[in-house]
Amino acid sequence: MEFYTAMRHFADSWGLLAMTLFFLGVLVFTLRPGAKASADEAARIPLKED
Amino acid sequence: MNYVSETIGLAIGTFLVLLAAAYAHDGLFAAHMWVLFFVLLLSTVVLLRKASFAPQRFAVRPPAKSEYFDEVVKYGTIATVFWGVVGFLVGVVVALQLAFPDLNIEPWFNFGRLRPLHTSAVVFAFGGNALIATSFYVVQRTCRARLFGGNLGWYVFWGYQLFIVMAATGYLLGITQGREYAEPEWYVDLFLTVVWVAYLAVFLGTILNRKEPHIYVANWFYLAFIVTIAMLHVVNNLAVPVSFLGVKSYSAFSGVQDALTQWWYGHNAVGFFLTAGFLGMMYYFVPKQVNRPVYSYRLSIIHFWALIFLYIWAGPHHLHYTALPDWAQTLGMVFSIMLWMPSWGGMINGLMTLSGAWDKIRTDPIVRMMIIAIAFYGMSTFEGPMMSIKAVNSLSHYTDWTIGHVHSGALGWVGMISFGAVYYMTPKLWNRERLYSLDLVNWHFWLATLGIVVYAAVMWVAGVQQGLMWREYDNQGFLVYSFAETVAAMFPYYLLRAVGGAMYLAGGLIMAFNVTMTILGYQRDERVRGGASPAALQPAE
Repeated sequence: MEFYTAMRHFADSWGLLAMTLFFLGVLVFTLRPGAKASADEAARIPLKED
Repeated sequence: MNYVSETIGLAIGTFLVLLAAAYAHDGLFAAHMWVLFFVLLLSTVVLLRKASFAPQRFAVRPPAKSEYFDEVVKYGTIATVFWGVVGFLVGVVVALQLAFPDLNIEPWFNFGRLRPLHTSAVVFAFGGNALIATSFYVVQRTCRARLFGGNLGWYVFWGYQLFIVMAATGYLLGITQGREYAEPEWYVDLFLTVVWVAYLAVFLGTILNRKEPHIYVANWFYLAFIVTIAMLHVVNNLAVPVSFLGVKSYSAFSGVQDALTQWWYGHNAVGFFLTAGFLGMMYYFVPKQVNRPVYSYRLSIIHFWALIFLYIWAGPHHLHYTALPDWAQTLGMVFSIMLWMPSWGGMINGLMTLSGAWDKIRTDPIVRMMIIAIAFYGMSTFEGPMMSIKAVNSLSHYTDWTIGHVHSGALGWVGMISFGAVYYMTPKLWNRERLYSLDLVNWHFWLATLGIVVYAAVMWVAGVQQGLMWREYDNQGFLVYSFAETVAAMFPYYLLRAVGGAMYLAGGLIMAFNVTMTILGYQRDERVRGGASPAALQPAE
């Protein structure tokens, strides 16, 4: 298969799937129960010192 | 002796550049190398004069590892203000050149050469210095670690200024590879690549040395900006030089692939240089100035990932109705529209950081500046996706509407958030109690805001009129207007645009004065805003 066509097929199949899954993983990880406490703590980092 | 290797390296570099000027393949390259020669020669002399031959124990005490490396941030802040004023000034000049063509002074100062000078001065010189300075400031404080790499930070700063000087003088000489926002030729591009890798090393090294377990979200945005710009810059500038001692090079791509590579670069210069980097600024300086944490930290993480996953695909909307395959145009349009969500999520997150402290908009002009920046971020990220819709684009493309859109984003979002950051950092960096004058910040705020409103509103009208005139047919099927007629019709709008730009420039000059006076240690005698409540205030019975 031509290189361009191979890349094109990869991009709209496995590549797309991998990126979507990664993104969904980020959403789940960020919104998981118990993440709020650590997020609130991280949000205070700039305010800890001058 | 200090700076030994730096001084010797500069001296050797100066000599090599002299050789390059002598053996140049063409006159332009020789002229550009002469410019570089004198800049490097001057730098060598300055560095030699700074040399201290005192024994090590009498020499200046090396800074402790725990101290922040703020000297380079100070230089970066001054450079931001300086290049900002220069960039706005050139902008007003090119605006007037469009209204009055007689102002085109051949050959060095005609519109074709000054226009890239304006865009590069505001985007890369003003914006780039603001990003480098604030990223160094933020990463040290949120990681609680000194900037990594010692003098490498200086190399990044001065190397970047040299890039700006080489780019700017190249444009005026007429050296360009004709790629929008990537005009510098191959040798300047190679040099910027080296500087950028050093920047990445400094930033990433500081993150790796952090004492704070979590990497604060502002640093994620800054890092995404640095990494993506490196990738975009290298790929878009892949080219084969005609001669190693000549200016001309040919792109590695051809035809529509070349165009798409350019706009993949061009749009992500907007997405990652002018958006992601400045969002990093927003996520640090807005919480600091209002003294409360960001509204939702989890939203900021989703904002980050959604933005970087979507932005990179939006470039093809610059090539609607061209030879680019239709599916690619549609892809660019769809991803641009999807960008509405993370953009507005980020805007809401920034604005809502003020919840419970909304009175600060009234009492603190710096907060007001940051909030108008976020509001303009919301407006321009609404307008952009709308313009990427093909039907809208068929009217807006190639008109001044696009220029209006770019400026509401650049002047409104990028400019205002940078001014806010500069006003926040200056008293902190120079250890002053407060700015020289908050009243002047207020003046700056109103001049800049009204300037943008004039600019953007005028360009909307100009753009829509232009688009409608271009597409108007009579009942015989002939175009009603010749192109020259549509140009002539723009005159009042071009004039008003120059007025808007001049107001923005005036605001920039006020900032320069205010920052200078703060650095020199003056304080203007002013009433305190909203701080203490009047003594006569009685509680309700």
